[in-house]
Order: sequence, then structure tokens, then C-alpha cells
Amino acid sequence: MNDFATTTTADRPRGRYDAGVLKYREMGYWQPDYTPKDTDLICVFRITPQEGVDAIEAAAAVAGESSTATWTVVWTDRLTACDSYRAKAYQVDEVPNTGAGTATPQQYFAYVAYDLILFEAGSIANLTASIIGNVFSFKPLRACRLEDMRIPVAYVKTFPGPPTGIVVERERLNNYGRALLGATMKPKLGLSGRNYGRVVYEALKGGLDFTKDDENINSQAFMHWRDRFLYCTEAVNRAVASSGEVKGHYLNITAGTMEDMYERAEFAKQLGAPIVMIDLVIGYTAIQSISRWCRNNDMILHMHRAGHGTYTRQKNHGVSFRVIAKWLRLAGVDHLHAGTAVGKLEGDPMTVQGYYNVCRDAVTQQDLARGLFFEQDWADLAKVMPVASGGIHAGQMHQLLSLFGDDVILQFGGGTIGHPAGIQAGATANRVALEAMTKARNEGRDIDHEGPEILAAAARWCTPLKQALETWKDVSFNYTSTDTPDFVATATASA
Amino acid sequence: MRLTQGAFSFLPDLTDEEIRLQVDYGLERGWAWAIEYTDDPHPRNTYWEMWGTPMFDLRDGAGVLHALNECRKACGRGYIRLCAFDSTRGVESIRMAFIVNRPDEEPGFGLDRQEGEGRNMRYRLHGYAADRSPEERYRADP
Repeated sequence: MNDFATTTTADRPRGRYDAGVLKYREMGYWQPDYTPKDTDLICVFRITPQEGVDAIEAAAAVAGESSTATWTVVWTDRLTACDSYRAKAYQVDEVPNTGAGTATPQQYFAYVAYDLILFEAGSIANLTASIIGNVFSFKPLRACRLEDMRIPVAYVKTFPGPPTGIVVERERLNNYGRALLGATMKPKLGLSGRNYGRVVYEALKGGLDFTKDDENINSQAFMHWRDRFLYCTEAVNRAVASSGEVKGHYLNITAGTMEDMYERAEFAKQLGAPIVMIDLVIGYTAIQSISRWCRNNDMILHMHRAGHGTYTRQKNHGVSFRVIAKWLRLAGVDHLHAGTAVGKLEGDPMTVQGYYNVCRDAVTQQDLARGLFFEQDWADLAKVMPVASGGIHAGQMHQLLSLFGDDVILQFGGGTIGHPAGIQAGATANRVALEAMTKARNEGRDIDHEGPEILAAAARWCTPLKQALETWKDVSFNYTSTDTPDFVATATASA
Repeated sequence: MRLTQGAFSFLPDLTDEEIRLQVDYGLERGWAWAIEYTDDPHPRNTYWEMWGTPMFDLRDGAGVLHALNECRKACGRGYIRLCAFDSTRGVESIRMAFIVNRPDEEPGFGLDRQEGEGRNMRYRLHGYAADRSPEERYRADP
């Protein structure tokens, strides 16, 4: 199947390696007849060529700049089996609803295949340095977005993946058959350790499974990290004793250096914490290091995707979150914020469901309407628990359950702490809403249509739920999403 | 206290008809129901006693309810839970679990603290059920 053994640069006619500048498509980076191998990594880029730049040349340039090419011909290529190192653009499709007659310049989906030899085993840093290292700044492109990536099973198997995974996390929590509930502690800034632990205790005692530090809670003047850890641990243990349930607080161990992060992780372990948390902004290598530590110390790892909106949100440029989610499943996180669809943060429902599939599937099917360009076999890698967090409340329980099912953590921060009767009441309202809706769904009721009735029926015996439904009945965030899937109906995307 | 393990502990106790609907939901998905009971529901007490083995070949919800009522007759003073096992590759674990029987008085848990170096604290959760004498814990139900 590898053809580089038989085709060498020495066979090529003279001209290809003469000094000077060649078009990328003439350097071997455009191969329309190429059939990707099972061991190839495949990317689909959404590219917007500059005025006057041919789409195929632009696609070939993407392949070239994300693999071996430089701007001019180099004779040293001839020392190598360079055909195998060259990425190959093999398909270019026009993106529907762009170009002439629309408000958007013409865009194209460019499919590029990369040989497995390009990538270091088990290194997201190496993978991303290759694929997104240079090409997004390349002048002949006005904009470029990595839409999706098919990772070959051979490469998937070089990553250990999530340290815990959905199945084992549920076994550790002794919690089956319903979504998990969480809340981010508010206000984000200014609470002392003692005051902060109070919020944790109230929320967990009221019925939540988890509480959470926010992404920017590290070790500031108002609350040193050790204080936070000690008071949160007291709060968690009190709530466990009152309910007989396993509970936890995501202790954010994000810090300025890896040494500080390990120190915080060790203290969390010493206190018996079941879970620690990191922010996406620490970088892929730091994520993989902490993941390894978690695997060695039986710790669940929560990932807050802080900062992703800077490069995932705009349709024409950046990296789609579905790709980030794939990288993070390989890198090894147990929880990943993946959107709410109905809350305050960006997310078209079908697109968000696509992210959930990437986190939870054994094999993710091609599903263009959900933005999934390729079938992805996860090779039995553990599954990531998606987290829905941001601007959601108990009154949306039927929508959340219908969109995301049971393997999800629903996080109601304001929707718990902002309850008029207090934090415990807020937590109880969410827990009763969840259990009532789950029970009704299992009984065969049509929760999409009967959801509000089911909630109202539970509110008749649960005053906290009644108050929650009254308080937030008119809250919704109905804005147009900036990131929705576009697809060619007949696309033959996967290999 | 009210032990709130399981999927539906924040709701009023399920009636047998309601339990049957949940059992049917699991059976429709090909899961096998199991009945487990204990007097000590410490959150880390993973292995409750099994009332027989999981009912892999029982596809009729009425049969599960019948077995549950047999268990209630023998162990009605304790906790009983229903667990649904899913043998799908990549899951191979429990998919649903909920409590279907509770003691009239739930003993609950105590939290002991042992202060350590610095401000470190060791926590020990203990179930009051386990404090009772073996004669009381293990005597046959009336």
C-alpha cells in the first residue's frame, strides 16, 4: 500500500527540481486521482483564496505549507522519499452560499491527506504544529479554517486518551441513568476561601453532583489556592455525609508553571479530591502532562475550554471546535465544555450535537448536517463527558435532555446560585427537574412537547422548582449562530 | 436523612407501576436487570448483596417486579436497588440504577475529622448502620 518505495524523486523528469519558483500544484501537492489510505490523516479546510488565486492552487498551497513545502524549490528534497512527506490535496468543492451573488467571497472545501510518517506518536503539539503551524498566516489565502480531521486508527492508538472516561467516572461516582448536575461558583472573583466553600456546600447539599471553580480562579489576592482547596474539601465532605452520594468540586489547578500545577494537583490528591480542573489556555503539552498525572493518581480531569472562542467561532478562519474536541479526546481529558445550544454562549444545536458525538461515540459517523465530514473510528478510546454550561436553567430541562441525552453534565451556575430562595433551593429545583424529566422520558412521554407540563406537575409538590420556573420563565438567548454547517449534499468526503 | 443515591431519589418513592415502566425502558434497550440490597449504603460500599444474578434472560417486566417483591419480603428493612447492565462493547457497565426500597428510618452518616499537619484534615465518613451490633444488623426480617 505504501507507494513511496517504488516512486522516488530520481524517476522524475528534470525540471521539477531546477532552482526557482514552481506552482504548488506542479510540485506534487495536488493529486486529484489520489485515494487516501486508511493510515492517512485527512483534513478538510475551508479556504478563501485571495482575489485572482486559483482554488486548486490555493488547496495545493495549503497541502504544501502544512507539510514539506517552502516557497521555492529545494534540491535537498531529493535526498528524501519526499513523495511520502508531501501532503496531497485531492478534492476541492465550492462551499454553498458563498461567492457570486452572496455577501461572502467564494469559499472552497479543500481535502488534504497526510501520510502517517509526518506525525510523532502521542503528541498533539507535533500534530498541531504540522497542521496549523504555518498555513493560517499564508498570504495567498484571505482566510482558512480547519473544519474537520479524520485521524487514522493507527494514530489514535498512540494516545492514552481520557484518564477516566465516562464509564469509569460513573462507576466511581456510583451514578447511573441520569445526567450529572453541576454549577460554577459565583461571583467568580472576590470570595474568600471561607465564603467560597459556603457556596460549594449549599449547592452540593441541595442536590448537585459537582461544583466548579471558574476558569480564572487560580490563586489571587482574595483567595489563595490552598485556602480554596481546604474549604472546598470541607464543603464536599459535609455534603457527602448529608446525602450518601459521591460528590466533588473541580479544583482548578491552572497556574503559571507546570511545577506549580503539579504542587496543586498533589495537594488535591492529599485531601482526597476526586477531580481536578485545567484551562485550555495552558496548552496541549501541559494538558497531556496533567492527563498523565491524573491517570497515575486516579483523578478525574475536567477541562474548561477557556479561550477557544478566539479561533473556533468565525466560520471563515480558525479551527472548528469539533477538531479541538478530537484533539482533547486524544490528549486525554474526562470532561469538556462543549456547548449548550440553548444557553448564553455561541452554538447552533446541530453543530453542538456534532461536538457531543465526537466526545462520546465509539465510532463517529459522517453527518454533514452536524458538521461531521468524516467517519471517525475511536478505536475503543475512553469517552469524554461533555459539559453544557452557560446561561441555562431548570425550565429548559426537556430541551437539554432531548438534545444531549444522559451522558452530559448540566451546569447551572446562575440557575442555582441566583435562586430567590437560596442556593440549596436552586440546586434542588434543578435536581427535581432533571429526575422528573428523565423519569417521564423513560416512561415514553414526548418530552419535546410535554416538557413544560411535566415541569409544572413536579413544581406542584416542589416549591423550589416552582420558584425557579417563575423566576426564569422568560429567559432565553435567541441570537443567530455565527457557526453553522455548510455542506455539499453529494460530498464524498471520507476515504 | 434521605439517601439520595440512584436516579430518582429526589422524587417521591416510585410505585410498583412506575417501577415497571422504568424496567420496561431498560428491557426495550436490551439491558439486564439485577436486584441488590444492603443495610449499609456507604457511598463507597460498591458491592451490595446480589438477590440472585442479573436476569439476563428475563425479558418480561412483570418477572422483574415479581423478583423484587420476593426480595422485599426477605430484606424489606434494608435498601434495595434495581440496576440495569448493558453489555454493549465500550459500555459493559450499569446504565441505570435507582432505589426501590428503603428502611422506615434511614440511619445516615457521620463525618469524623482528624486534624493533621498544617491545616490538613483527614475526613472519615461512617454509616451509623454499621455501628449497630451484628445481631441487630443480620437478624432475619420479621
